[in-house]
Amino acid sequence: MRATLRNLSLRSLRVWQRDADVYFTTWKTEFLPPLLEPILYVLAFGLGLGQLIRHVEYGGRTLGYLEFMAPGIVAVAIMFWAFFESTFSSYVRMYYQKTFDAILATPLLVEDVILGELLWATSKSVIAATIMLGVLTALGLVAWPTGLWVVPIAFFGGLLFSAIGLLFTSMVKTISQFNVPMFTIIMPMFTFGGTFFPIDILPRWALTVAWCLPLTHVAFLTRSAILGFASPHLWVSAVYVVAASLVLAAWALARMKRRLVP
Amino acid sequence: MNGLPGTSAIQARDLCKAYAGMEAVRGVSFDVAPGEVVGFLGPNGAGKTTTVRMISCFLPPTSGTATVYGVDVRTSPREVKRMLGVCPQEDYLDPDFDVLKNLLAYGRYFGIPGREIRERAERLLDFVQLADRKKSGVQELSGGMKRRLVLARALLNEPRILILDEPTTGLDPQARHAIWTRVRSLRATGVTVLLTTHYMEEAAQLCDRVVVIDNGKILMQGAPADLVRREVGSTVVEAWNFDRAFADFLGALPGRLEEVGDRLYYYPGAEDHVERLLDERFPHQERLIRRATLEDVFLKLTGRALRD
Repeated sequence: MRATLRNLSLRSLRVWQRDADVYFTTWKTEFLPPLLEPILYVLAFGLGLGQLIRHVEYGGRTLGYLEFMAPGIVAVAIMFWAFFESTFSSYVRMYYQKTFDAILATPLLVEDVILGELLWATSKSVIAATIMLGVLTALGLVAWPTGLWVVPIAFFGGLLFSAIGLLFTSMVKTISQFNVPMFTIIMPMFTFGGTFFPIDILPRWALTVAWCLPLTHVAFLTRSAILGFASPHLWVSAVYVVAASLVLAAWALARMKRRLVP
Repeated sequence: MNGLPGTSAIQARDLCKAYAGMEAVRGVSFDVAPGEVVGFLGPNGAGKTTTVRMISCFLPPTSGTATVYGVDVRTSPREVKRMLGVCPQEDYLDPDFDVLKNLLAYGRYFGIPGREIRERAERLLDFVQLADRKKSGVQELSGGMKRRLVLARALLNEPRILILDEPTTGLDPQARHAIWTRVRSLRATGVTVLLTTHYMEEAAQLCDRVVVIDNGKILMQGAPADLVRREVGSTVVEAWNFDRAFADFLGALPGRLEEVGDRLYYYPGAEDHVERLLDERFPHQERLIRRATLEDVFLKLTGRALRD
């Protein structure tokens, strides 16, 4: 592990740059999902579900449902973009396109490649969260300047979920096996991670489980930033997210290295 | 130590690699002198590619040492890889980029400044005759064009050693000769080349020296012509539709006789009068007398059993 960490270098940015080049050559289509996603949710939940649920009690205040839910979709985007990029996309680059093998013939080491992939998946979360923040601001759903905290939250949240994704990339034998973490880890977080309803209405045991999930903390931080809420518990979530992202990233690096260097 | 006179371009000592439950390379030692073109010959699964991948820092050796111009592949992989240009067996071209961008992105991994990469890329695309395909997607290229692009990519960092892992496998004759011409012109500029192949003609055409490898060990090495002379002699008699009397006749002569299916191979060894002898004794026997080739050496050393 120590050797792995010692081999990390700024050259990993070259790998990041490669992925970013591909992304920005097709930026018009790449920007579309994070632009349209919040608009779609706002329309569906605002015009539909919002009619059924008029008010949500949250953090001692009464909020409109849309106001409550909007930060949740940013948190979900942070999770999805990083996870998809570090699983399906990284796997395609590693296994089908052999992009890593080509890079490994140059002065870059396997650690540079893995870190570059992690940073790129993280960047996708940051880009998506930033675009969505703009859209939600235009819709009048963001408190400024605290909303700006979404960017660092998206960075560490993105790193956390890309590390989880890359851990699975280091293990799967076929691309369809990604369905396993998808439906045992990611989808439960999507539904129970404090995204669409306040989790304090859950029974005690479920609440305990929910607070173990990374997305619950990312959603709590994102919601607090976007609504401009302060709470002493924010520190706990911030420490959880930063610590988990660093530990999982180191673990993903070690596992991926084992996969790539027989 | 870098580039001192007398330093080997590549030096390998007792290289071993065990992985996936088998010993792919079992104690390989060899030297490649600067400017030399050395070919690794061996059947599929012989350990050629594994050896080359250890030299190019893709695989860490299980034991043994390898140095490139005196630099250890284990402790200084970045420095070693900076000196190498690698054409892998599979192309690994970036399908997300066009031809030119493939080179530009690759040059960045070496830390070559942008303008310099562009100049070199233009020059190399001329060299491999792809200057008019700069904006083509990789998928639009033929197999031969892809190999030429991979060659250009391997030359981008102006390597001291070029490593070609089966450079012409699957190519048509025109494409193959196009690669050979370019490798020869690189050799003329003093680039050291290490290549693997199972095409004997390729080895004979390009290599100063061949290393025959099988089951993870080196069986023999030498200049192609010397190996042929030493191991097989100058001529080979191939015969078909033969009867026992003919086979027994050849068997009684000095030299080596081999019967493979419906064909008979006779290696007379030293130069003699085998043709006149056969004309006198078996004038109607169907046969061919030809020069011995590297392929005869290869089959003698590695046998005729199928490998996969």
